[in-house]
Amino acid sequence: MSTIKKLSALLSSKELSCEELTKEYLKAAEKANPGLNAYVKLTPEIALETAKTVDQKIAAGESLSPLEGIPMTLKDNISTKGLETTCCSKILKGYVPIYDATVWEILKKQNAVLLGKTNMDEFAMGSSSETSCFGGSKNPHNLNCVAGGSSGGVASAVGGNIAAYGLGSDTGGSIRQPASFCGIVGLKPTYGAVSRYGLIAYASSLDQIGPITATVEDAALVYDAISAYDPKDSTSKGSKSPASGELQNSMKGKKIGIAKEYFDGIKDDVNAALEKAVKTYESLGAEIVHFDLPSLQYALPVYYILACAEASSNLGRYDGIRYGYRTDNYESVHDMICKTRSEGFGSEVKRRIMLGTYVLSSGYYDAYYKKAQNLRGAIVAAFQAAFETCDMILAPTVPTPAFETGFTSKDPIETYLTDICTVPVNIAGLPAVSIPCGFAGGGLPVGMQLIGSAFGEASILNAAYQFEQATRNETFRRAEMGVSLA
Amino acid sequence: MNYEIVSGLETHVELSTKTKIFCSCTTGFGGDPNTHCCPVCIGLPGTLPKLNREVVNFAIKAGLATHCTINNISKMDRKNYVYPDLPKAYQISQYDKPLCEHGYVTLSSGKKIRITRIHIEEDAGKLVHQKGNTYIDYNRGGVPLIEIVSEPDIRSIEEATEYLEKLQLIMRYLDISDCKMQEGSLRCDVNISVRPFGQQEYGTRTEIKNMNSFTNMAKAMEYEIGRQIELVKAGQPVIQETRRWNVEDKCTESMRGKEDAHDYRYFREPDLVTISVTDGEIETIKKSLPELPDSKYDRYVNELGIAPADALQIIKYRRVAEYFEGMAKDVKTPQTAANFMVGQVFQRFATEADKEACELKVPASAINELILLLDSGKVAMNLAKKTLDTMLDEGRTVKEILTAEELKGVDESDLTAVCRKVIDNNAANVADFLNGKEKALMVLVGSVMRETKGRADGASVQRILRELLKK
Repeated sequence: MSTIKKLSALLSSKELSCEELTKEYLKAAEKANPGLNAYVKLTPEIALETAKTVDQKIAAGESLSPLEGIPMTLKDNISTKGLETTCCSKILKGYVPIYDATVWEILKKQNAVLLGKTNMDEFAMGSSSETSCFGGSKNPHNLNCVAGGSSGGVASAVGGNIAAYGLGSDTGGSIRQPASFCGIVGLKPTYGAVSRYGLIAYASSLDQIGPITATVEDAALVYDAISAYDPKDSTSKGSKSPASGELQNSMKGKKIGIAKEYFDGIKDDVNAALEKAVKTYESLGAEIVHFDLPSLQYALPVYYILACAEASSNLGRYDGIRYGYRTDNYESVHDMICKTRSEGFGSEVKRRIMLGTYVLSSGYYDAYYKKAQNLRGAIVAAFQAAFETCDMILAPTVPTPAFETGFTSKDPIETYLTDICTVPVNIAGLPAVSIPCGFAGGGLPVGMQLIGSAFGEASILNAAYQFEQATRNETFRRAEMGVSLA
Repeated sequence: MNYEIVSGLETHVELSTKTKIFCSCTTGFGGDPNTHCCPVCIGLPGTLPKLNREVVNFAIKAGLATHCTINNISKMDRKNYVYPDLPKAYQISQYDKPLCEHGYVTLSSGKKIRITRIHIEEDAGKLVHQKGNTYIDYNRGGVPLIEIVSEPDIRSIEEATEYLEKLQLIMRYLDISDCKMQEGSLRCDVNISVRPFGQQEYGTRTEIKNMNSFTNMAKAMEYEIGRQIELVKAGQPVIQETRRWNVEDKCTESMRGKEDAHDYRYFREPDLVTISVTDGEIETIKKSLPELPDSKYDRYVNELGIAPADALQIIKYRRVAEYFEGMAKDVKTPQTAANFMVGQVFQRFATEADKEACELKVPASAINELILLLDSGKVAMNLAKKTLDTMLDEGRTVKEILTAEELKGVDESDLTAVCRKVIDNNAANVADFLNGKEKALMVLVGSVMRETKGRADGASVQRILRELLKK
């Protein structure tokens, strides 16, 4: 497996130049992408130029920061100055940001090698990346299955080893679910830990950028790099302390909570993998605590009401006037806006805009939006209470392994239901990491998530790392595809 | 039957903070189209607003000056509507937790017009129609506004006008806005209904949007009141709707009815955190407030002894009042300063805007020097007036204008000697005066003034003459 840490060591020891490394990844990406559809745009010029800079540093004997020279990717809803950023929507085709997202500004300074922008569900609305105007990303474990969504492209690229890591965004599970489907690690940080400035908004009070990586150690490295207070984001707080240094801590005496509601209706082979994981933690000295979280039954409706309400407002700006797609034939400004939006947005986005507009309308506001806000408060309180009895919560990431392609277009509601395990932490603003914990029948990966209290990233990454180490000889490791260097 | 009008105003005031409400672009008026813009204020995807704390402080000043309660906790909301000049398709405003509430403004009659609330929000851009095309200028987008909402306490056009003038004056004193209606930094929507005198319930109201001058507001109200009374008299319903003032046809016309009223789908702005203001911060701002027009007027009349009509004219312009206070500093008779101000100084202002700017060739301290000389008897009134004109015209100081000789004035014993001489030489006038002809004294005064080349103080001359003639 090619992890950030190993690649960085190869660069520092001059076993491989950054240019050679970058070319390896680009070559592999060109080869694998037609099958995976992970990248919507490859950026070899940018990547090679950065690589050259890194090689000069190495030649000058300068030491490298942890992410320096490492080939990576960004989800296509993270703004990149001078580089088209579309959210995989027709309505943003041709839109070239004139500024960088704060996360990309940070990584650029560390000479991160940007291989390209990756595929996603249109405006991050979906669980398969199939609502993308570029078509869905495929699962590296089985090309007949989806990579998940909405950050499906990043997961497909990292899982397929055509990027060492990537940044995704998670509004209701969009980092964790595809990471789980692709057998890799995805961290959704605490709301406010990572700046949202430059992340094209889906649902502002839920969105959070986070890393998708091969290993927990890599996730900690990337999280430490991107979690910082940003004066441009009023909801930003930064992180409490670096997570990388806490990974080796013992699990002895740590309390892991299990809420039975998370296990309602999950597939047997997913359940079996999680039961095994619980045993592993017990063997590591952790104490298992059982409790109920009844308010979780409201999580899905609360999520869909709040997310769609915010989305209906956030997406109002795409009117064809200033940037992006504009319809060809129109009679008036009003007509132009209507046609542009009708032609530019896909059906899932339209569905959510309609739903969100409805729940905010006068006469319905109290029954839906206001009620959902109140229930959000109840869910926040329930998690707070839970964390008085345990250090973290262990839960499945998704009730099933990866769907077959085309599944989500058949029944949107059925698809919404698969978000049941991931949305609660977004509602509560908590951190959660998804890590592989086994295989389901058919060889598809199963993931589990560790949910922490606010700004408890170090604690859940520590637990994830301990699990990873304890199971390092198991078969559920990342598939050996794409670049294989170490 | 006689009718009473019931009206309330929604007033938008553009705040003159250096930078916009959610980004660091300038708020300067004018400038080439779309040059005062950045990714944040044109709402590019992924950008986030950052609240300019100065806007909160300015709004608190407005709240305190209008006797509002300042809420320790308030929040921003999104007001969603689609219009090309609104680049995010929502305006960030305050809905159910405004910054200031429950204030009032006192009219000259003593009547209080209650203020429901003052909230902060962002302005939109502007559509520019040119050569058959429509362009959008986003320079104004994101300029901070406060919206001041009054209760329906206004009962006449005069009250509406006075209320708005008062608000304008207060904002200008606070130096938080230039409040120019023609530039749009003061805008007003008028809610208005009519009802027969004595009736308790309100009539159906209409809202007239975007009044851009005091004259138009008065005209629009007059027209709308007439229209509504006609309808009521004819037994027809007034329709609740939004109307606009048509300047060309001099009438109000329907913009949209109640059924087309926007559903703004307000909800909390998730990109901004709660606005919290501590009592300490409110106290600090309170202490920093300048003397406001009402207290200034009271002080001028009651402490300085200035005639109410003059005081009213002076306080009407913040810079004029400031200038006046410079003129009147430590003088024995502030009314003299008021006379100079309202008389000679005001003559130098051709327009209202000139009074607003109060730009003169000499500093107030120069005129203060002149008045102090007058007080000490070193310069006589008529010479002082002449000197004042020269100062205002030529921008020179007293010492540059008057010779050392003139500045010496005439001392009491010299003046007494001159008076004696005049009495001796004007037996006929003296006799007339002693026989009760008051006018005759003025002839004697005139002679003394001529003798002293106008350097003597008229009042002193009269006093000395009377004393001498008594003997």
